[in-house]
Amino acid sequence: MSPWVPLLVMMLIGLGFGVVNIIASNFLGPRHPTAKKNMPYECGIEPIGNARIRFSVKFYVITMLFILFDMEAVFVYPWAVVYKQLARSGLFVFMEMALYLAIIFAGFVYVWKKGALNWED
Amino acid sequence: MTTVFFLIFALTAIGAAVAMIFQRNPVYSCLCLVLAFFALAGLYVLLGAPFIAAIQIIVYAGAIMVLFLFVIMLLNLSAEERERPKRPRFLPFAVAVGGLLLLELALVFRRAPLLGMPAGQSETSVEEIGLKLFTDYIYPFELSSVLILAAIIGAVMLAKRKI
Repeated sequence: MSPWVPLLVMMLIGLGFGVVNIIASNFLGPRHPTAKKNMPYECGIEPIGNARIRFSVKFYVITMLFILFDMEAVFVYPWAVVYKQLARSGLFVFMEMALYLAIIFAGFVYVWKKGALNWED
Repeated sequence: MTTVFFLIFALTAIGAAVAMIFQRNPVYSCLCLVLAFFALAGLYVLLGAPFIAAIQIIVYAGAIMVLFLFVIMLLNLSAEERERPKRPRFLPFAVAVGGLLLLELALVFRRAPLLGMPAGQSETSVEEIGLKLFTDYIYPFELSSVLILAAIIGAVMLAKRKI
């Protein structure tokens, strides 16, 4: 269990930072609410309409592709850990990842050429 | 000590999952599910699978939940839609599926004790996974890239039908 203690401490500090700040600002900060201050914050611009509008499907495409390339990155992680160990017996371990990335890269070229990453069209 | 952590993570996961169901605002539901996924990652660590725990956070809590959030935003649920009491139109299906799951759970609990299960005797390190994956399971590994390629093309075709 011991290697997980630093991670646990980090998570507790992260959680504590957020919670303490919210609670402390509640007690320490001055409070003079006005109509302007209570307006929804939209980068200083007067709010226009509801925030719940229909978002473009482009966000969905981008996220979908993000997940797929995320999955790819997940496999690179154990590969990087064992690379030195396996590379002693030749270039095979390098070539297998090269082939893997080449196949994914074909998908990337497809996405690019299809214009799925183009925001304006 | 492990039992204490198990209880913390398990109760967090159950609590977050229950909170997800009872939320009216789907965005809050989504965030509750993120918390449940984080708690599950903690459980994976206790089971001796740190790599799965890391992937649980990177892929599920990170990427998949962002996708869920975007889907909720795509659906454009207005305030009336969110606050309308749910009509039990799908109640028979819900009862059937839920009952089946309950039955399954009951069968599992009949055979295994609630605490002190002998899972995760030895920790599987990332190194072990890497060695197995890039020697013995090289073929499935390469095939997974083809699967991802198919998914990439599918995602583009689904969302951008005009091209």
